[in-house]
Amino acid sequence: MEHQPPPFFKTGPTPLARLLICSVLSLLVLIADARFNLLPVLRQVVSVVLYPLQRIAAAPAGLAQRAGEFFVTHASLRGENARLLHERIERAAALQQLQALQAENAQLRELLAARQRVAVKSQLAEVAYSARDPFSRRIVVDRGSQHGVQSGQPVIDHAGVVGQVTRVYPWVAEVTLITDKDHLVPVLNLRNGLRAVLAGTGNDGTLELRFVPLNADFQNGDRLVTSGIDGVYPRGLPVAEVMNVERNAAFLFARITCKPLGGVNHNAHVLIVSAERQLPAPPPEEEKPVRPKRSRKGG
Amino acid sequence: MIYARPTPSQEILLPVKPAFMVATLLAALLMNLLPLSGWWLSARPDFVALILLFWCIEQPRRIGFVAAWLLGLLMDVADASLLGQHALAYSILAYAGIVLHRRVQRFSVTPQVLHVIPLLLLNDAIVLVIRLLAGGDFPGYPYFAGSIVGGVLWPVLAIVLKLPQRPKPDPDHA
Repeated sequence: MEHQPPPFFKTGPTPLARLLICSVLSLLVLIADARFNLLPVLRQVVSVVLYPLQRIAAAPAGLAQRAGEFFVTHASLRGENARLLHERIERAAALQQLQALQAENAQLRELLAARQRVAVKSQLAEVAYSARDPFSRRIVVDRGSQHGVQSGQPVIDHAGVVGQVTRVYPWVAEVTLITDKDHLVPVLNLRNGLRAVLAGTGNDGTLELRFVPLNADFQNGDRLVTSGIDGVYPRGLPVAEVMNVERNAAFLFARITCKPLGGVNHNAHVLIVSAERQLPAPPPEEEKPVRPKRSRKGG
Repeated sequence: MIYARPTPSQEILLPVKPAFMVATLLAALLMNLLPLSGWWLSARPDFVALILLFWCIEQPRRIGFVAAWLLGLLMDVADASLLGQHALAYSILAYAGIVLHRRVQRFSVTPQVLHVIPLLLLNDAIVLVIRLLAGGDFPGYPYFAGSIVGGVLWPVLAIVLKLPQRPKPDPDHA
């Protein structure tokens, strides 16, 4: 231990005492946050303090990007324009077909007296930055509760599902990516309609299907779309493609690795989808079979 | 006597202005908030930890645990990590800096790096342990790269941050 100065000057508690106070306080905050999720208000307050700083820190990158956009060459603009025109024409046919199909679908649903599926609304958000926490896969987007973003909304890009809004601050929102460890998406195999649960692994660019029996019909190249049974992700959004199926009889389940279809970690813009679906009320919880207790009077 | 040899760290400096300390810590916070990704992100040192450690070693009476703890809370929210992990790590870092300040100050700037790198690694290790306990996965060894880079930056920082405290040369005396 260091030589302690004589109590000649009043210096308050010793560093060790102060450290203990701070540590106990930190541990309390940690436990309250990790186990009980008690401190959203504290987070909101701190985020409001932090917001101007974040804007300032993001400014140079935005400036550099805008300068880069200003100096694009004529040729690349023309190339991009031609490509977009081509894409539009290609999609126009599909769109017209889609409109016809939608009309037909609505008519058929009416015939069946089925509930109409609510149209999916969405708002464009810019990715402010990817969160620097190396333990999780998250991005922060520049839309928050002031813009109507709510916790739990799915986030997609042009190719597929990106993630889900998990925390909302006044002007920004945190999106947990589907590659985050233990993030789950209920999916459907587009080829044969098999349902499964797709889980993130914590690595960029790999997902795995959990609890799929060894003999389940999954093949390389199968496309997985959201099944919509969780009530979070709307039905039918593309999520991932099966990359590798490993069937080892020593294990109970097949090991199926997939690749996300959306550009999960390298997007500048994403769409926050608000699917307001009225789900049927969950079935009432089954009453647990009452165990015969001694206190019960003769059954 | 080897102790009597005046090292650069022992020259008499003007008292540091509190506004300057606050400004450097704010600048460090801004550097931490830069929207980096990929390799840049893993090589980026934790500037807040670095500057905090510098002031804890240089001015242990001016900066303390309250600043460390609050900065940690800010970093937790900014990083979207568990609330309190940086607060705890920075508090322990501040303690280490304050306890070791007499020892570290005796060394010149370059050997100080050998003290700074282990302290920054300790800072990383605390965060790592907290996250592993909370059910995370080890993110791989590049996780520690930022601390090494921070240590390499230390001599530059130590010289730059002491510049405003250097007494101005007396024009009459020259």
